[in-house]
Amino acid sequence: MNRLPLALAQFNTRLGDVEANLERHLTYAEQARRQGAELLVFPELSLTGYALQDLAVSVARRPHADDPTFRPLLQASKSIDLLVGFVEAEQRHRFYISSAYLSRGEIVHVHRKVYLPTYGLFDEGRFFAWGDAVRAFDTRFGRMGVLICEDFWHASPPYLLWLDGADVLLFASASPGRGLSGEPRLETARWVEQINQAYASLFTSFIVHANRTGFEDGLNFWGGSTVFDPDGALLARAPYHEEALTLVRLDLEQLHRTRARLPLLRDERTALMSRELARILRRDPGSPTVGD
Amino acid sequence: MAESPSLEIHPDLVRRILVDFLRTEITRAGFSRAVVGLSGGVDSALSCFLAAEALGPDNVLAVRMPYQTSSPDSLTHAALIIRQTGVRELTVPITPMAEPFLAAIPADQAVRRGNVLARLRMIVLYDRSAEFQGLVVGTGNKTEILLGYTTLYGDSACALNPLGDLYKTQVRQLSRAVGLPEVIVAKAPSADLWAGQTDEGELGFTYERVDQLLLLLVDGRHTPESCVEAGFDRAFVRAVLERIRRNQFKRLQPPIAKLSNRTVGYDFLYLRDWGT
Repeated sequence: MNRLPLALAQFNTRLGDVEANLERHLTYAEQARRQGAELLVFPELSLTGYALQDLAVSVARRPHADDPTFRPLLQASKSIDLLVGFVEAEQRHRFYISSAYLSRGEIVHVHRKVYLPTYGLFDEGRFFAWGDAVRAFDTRFGRMGVLICEDFWHASPPYLLWLDGADVLLFASASPGRGLSGEPRLETARWVEQINQAYASLFTSFIVHANRTGFEDGLNFWGGSTVFDPDGALLARAPYHEEALTLVRLDLEQLHRTRARLPLLRDERTALMSRELARILRRDPGSPTVGD
Repeated sequence: MAESPSLEIHPDLVRRILVDFLRTEITRAGFSRAVVGLSGGVDSALSCFLAAEALGPDNVLAVRMPYQTSSPDSLTHAALIIRQTGVRELTVPITPMAEPFLAAIPADQAVRRGNVLARLRMIVLYDRSAEFQGLVVGTGNKTEILLGYTTLYGDSACALNPLGDLYKTQVRQLSRAVGLPEVIVAKAPSADLWAGQTDEGELGFTYERVDQLLLLLVDGRHTPESCVEAGFDRAFVRAVLERIRRNQFKRLQPPIAKLSNRTVGYDFLYLRDWGT
């Protein structure tokens, strides 16, 4: 059976206390493994907390087998694949918001957040460097891609991962909840679920989203981690505003069934897209559609 | 033409977030108890209710601080909340400490006298919080914070504030939903600093009306002109905008004159939750 038993962890981190958060990771990994999960997805910056400000540089790690934080995580990844969120320090002392996919004792892939929100309540561009790549990667369950929060508020990164062969998209967030109405959930929750369901439908792919809970000063993080299948159907939703380990079994054969019915991937006209994009970017270098 | 957005909230959702907020943030600061100055008005009644739900009523101390001109209703209404929530209570009349101060302030300087009372209450509250080993939970709502209708280092002083992002209209909605007595929710809001004082009398407009305007201006980012088009009187819009601007100082820490390469507030940036 082509199945992926998956777990999503959502919890309140200790701000800037990597040791304490590492313990939570190892506990969740063991718990998820015992319940039969083979991949455990953690939210954005799960090892550090979110609003780090000047703490960012002191909690940064190099994803490496010799690193004291990654060593036990890599050890744990021998029995369950892990996606963990952390601040990455690279050799030239630039700091990234990153997520690392660990499997069988190896670091399989590291994604560096490519969109750093620096508006409204967000100030990421002040403290972090911008990632420069969106790449799918192979896992023992098939080809996947990782994006972090604001990355998937833009349509292009999920699109690129889709074209790069990812069938399971892992999204990690630390989304501060906001927006009141008469509805029983925050506007942020409604918005994020809406776009994730749209991606699952448009890309006929699995969209897996882990979002943290808890508070940092006055910010609340709303949890509600979800999985949508290639039909856009909701497979699982973790509770809002509450720590949880949520298990869900992905039937990867659904990719076959959906895409046999709805060949959006087969029919995607990438050459046309590329040609038109090149023309648009060439036409007017001052155009607001041009960015890097 | 600005549409008319709604001030409606989902009470269960907001209650959940605010109770979690109080419990989480008080606990991670190393405390398990809270102190609330209970005036008999709806704001402090709601703060007290939420704190009791977050920490358990035994861990919340409600302090009543009447002055000789305080309305008798204030004490009675505060008692209703104490009974309903089951929190601990303490009554500290501030008249004896206020009198020497007020003797030096002419009777016609009501604002000055009112500020003294608000600041004396702050001193009592913080002193009792040290004794009770609890954090002072704030009671200021978004309307009064934006309008600056508050005494700096007086009623605005607190360790954390659950109500500061709810407009007065929304505070009332949540208060009704959690079952606070209608006599408290429906009465005319008053700082009760002098006899007959009401917020709306002093401000010159109703909370209901100004909340609608603030929702457009602040949350909806509408221009003043589009608020006028939506039916708000031009002079009213201008007066409210001016109040918001003039009172910005009450919403910020005092500016530090920057001299060094790293200065608290500018480039020494950490949350309160640092390390917790």
